[in-house]
Amino acid sequence: MSEILELVRQTPLLQLSMQQAINRALGEILEDDDRALIFGEDVGVLGGVFRVTDGLQQRFGANRVFDTPLAESGILGTAIGLAMAGFHPIPEVQFDGFAYPAVNQIITQLARMNYRSRGRLPMPVTLRVPSFGGIRAPEHHGESLESLFAHVPGLKVVSPSNPQQAYHLLKKAASMPDPVIFMEPKARYWNKGEVDLAVEDTSSLEGSVIARSGKHATLIAWGAMVSRCLQVAELAAEDGIELEVLDLRWLKPIDEAGLAASVSRTRRAIVVHEGPHTAGLGAEVAALVSQSCFDSLRAPVERVTGFDVPYPSGDLEDEYIPNIDRILFGVQRVLEYRRG
Amino acid sequence: MAPRALAATLDTLPSSSADAAGPGHDELRDLYRMLSNVRQLDRDAVAWQRQGLIPGYAPMLGQEAAQVGAGAAVDRSRDFVFPTYREMGVAYTFGVNMVEYMSTHKAIWHGGLYDSVATRFAPFQAVVGGSVLHAVGWAHGQTLNGASAGGLGVGLAFLGDGASSQGDVHEAMNFAAILKAPVIFFVQNNGWAISVPTEQQVAGGSVAARAAGYGMAAVRVDGNDVLAVLEATRRAVAHARAGLGPVVVEAMTYRRGPHSTSDDPGRYRTLDDEKIDGGEDPLSRFRAVLLARGVADEAFFAEADAQAQHQANDIRAGVVALTSRPGSEMFDFVFQESTPTLGAQARQWREESEHV
Ligand SMILES: Cc1ncc(C[n+]2csc(CCOP(=O)(O)OP(=O)(O)O)c2C)c(N)n1
Ligand SMILES: [Mg+2]
Repeated sequence: MSEILELVRQTPLLQLSMQQAINRALGEILEDDDRALIFGEDVGVLGGVFRVTDGLQQRFGANRVFDTPLAESGILGTAIGLAMAGFHPIPEVQFDGFAYPAVNQIITQLARMNYRSRGRLPMPVTLRVPSFGGIRAPEHHGESLESLFAHVPGLKVVSPSNPQQAYHLLKKAASMPDPVIFMEPKARYWNKGEVDLAVEDTSSLEGSVIARSGKHATLIAWGAMVSRCLQVAELAAEDGIELEVLDLRWLKPIDEAGLAASVSRTRRAIVVHEGPHTAGLGAEVAALVSQSCFDSLRAPVERVTGFDVPYPSGDLEDEYIPNIDRILFGVQRVLEYRRG
Repeated sequence: MAPRALAATLDTLPSSSADAAGPGHDELRDLYRMLSNVRQLDRDAVAWQRQGLIPGYAPMLGQEAAQVGAGAAVDRSRDFVFPTYREMGVAYTFGVNMVEYMSTHKAIWHGGLYDSVATRFAPFQAVVGGSVLHAVGWAHGQTLNGASAGGLGVGLAFLGDGASSQGDVHEAMNFAAILKAPVIFFVQNNGWAISVPTEQQVAGGSVAARAAGYGMAAVRVDGNDVLAVLEATRRAVAHARAGLGPVVVEAMTYRRGPHSTSDDPGRYRTLDDEKIDGGEDPLSRFRAVLLARGVADEAFFAEADAQAQHQANDIRAGVVALTSRPGSEMFDFVFQESTPTLGAQARQWREESEHV
């Protein structure tokens, strides 16, 4: 009995929602790194509109965790100046769609300061952005900005798919000396999952992970689409189709080797994302896969994505976000493909 | 019409921030030397462009008093300057290596080759209003670090009348006032944003007047009077250093030259306009002050001006000697920790494109 208790103490497994996991990670970051600062709109007293920063101002004081005026460019611009002064800012933009007012500072300044200064002014800034759709929210609260940010030289982009990853990837991002856009799938904030606080090897936080193994095709996804792809794989298995689910995690840099390894085994790939189709990140994934796996591919890479329309209102968002049926159709297309 | 610089009346800085003693004779002569050096270097840089040594340059002719006065008012050991693309005079006054500074105009490296951390002079900034928020963030960092015995480090943000139209400048002023950040917004109101005059740019006519709306102190000063600029900026810095909050200093000056070496001011203003609006040249004004105070004589000016030419020649030699950076540096500075994708691109570039 006491042995079991000892084991539990060594490897604490917690049941946390993603919102709790991120909150816990933020608390530990502030504890371990006295240059880390959290700021943004309503992140202090309120604890953020998603309660992700709940309790942190009470714990660490209003110098470390503070509310800013309601101005996203101001939040990013001051984060850059604070980084120049040696701090490690972890600003929050309240919703994806409101990162747009900060895009000028992100692209023309944050992403380039290290380059412009020839490495003398690094930008260890982790920008947290509650991202993607699925919560029947008002306009501008369901955007997928990954292809925009991934296109910008000087930024790194990551999106966790579950509480375990959210906890570890955020701590990893905050320890990095470069700017990281941390895209939190807000539709998954309240889903609980097991979190193992121990991580043996931080290199295990780089690149993609196989969320489920299979041999007939690889579903490639990130953020909230990973759990949906896992559901699809579950359903397909009932028909004897074994789908692999690759959780890309890092959207910049993309794990080219991990992609190639999976698809060269399964020989078929379907990339699934919420963002619009044209010039979405799926196009990049498809190009990488066709380059690395051209000879083994049995079908063109399929893309199941949002449409080239503004993100629709809540009543229509299930029509817009790839749903199980649309993903299954995509799977069917690659499985039934015959060379002409 | 009167010269623009005379429209300088606003002063809401508490008088307790006043600097007791004005500059002594040595400092006055040093100020002249700096003005002369900067004037010469600026003129020469325009010539270098005509000679094909550099592809382009943004002259600061007429703004020497504003830039030298401001640059001389801050402390190189603890303050930090956030320039635009026209602050050659501030860079010089702040001790930045001028060959490394000019490297940006020779298209060697956008931010300039100088060490921004060691010189406490941020990289050359080409986005109008782009770095004003950085100054606020940096300054708030000084507050978080806590004041030393001598007070807080102060951020000095440069911006133009055109930049004052940018949303980021409003956000910066509001953030600074809310955070009580030790930052100076140093506006060079030089009458023009390329071809658009201040009257079509600055509603209300004064950037300094806007400070009141933010609950911020402000001084509007004759930007062609180096002593007035020095004194106003020193008072502003003392105010911020003491933790009393941000200050707007609006230096009323005049861009006597073109916007850049590719501009043609004849399309939007006449030589007569330039003569009237520009008023008296800031250097001859200061010479008259020094003569009247008996601080310097014609021999001193002649010697200082000759020195300035020597120095500009030396800098020219350095600029001539500047060679291109290796192409591999395109890849080297994107991240602190590079990525496999970028590494692959660098390797491919080397295989296919390196001609050395
Ligand atoms: C955001 C942005 N918009 C446009 C430009 C192009 N541009 C460069 S300088 C300039 C005028 C700026 O005027 P002002 O702020 O008064 O500074 P000055 O050039 O007079 O020193 C413009 C429009 C730019 N560099 N950045
Ligand atoms: Mg101007």
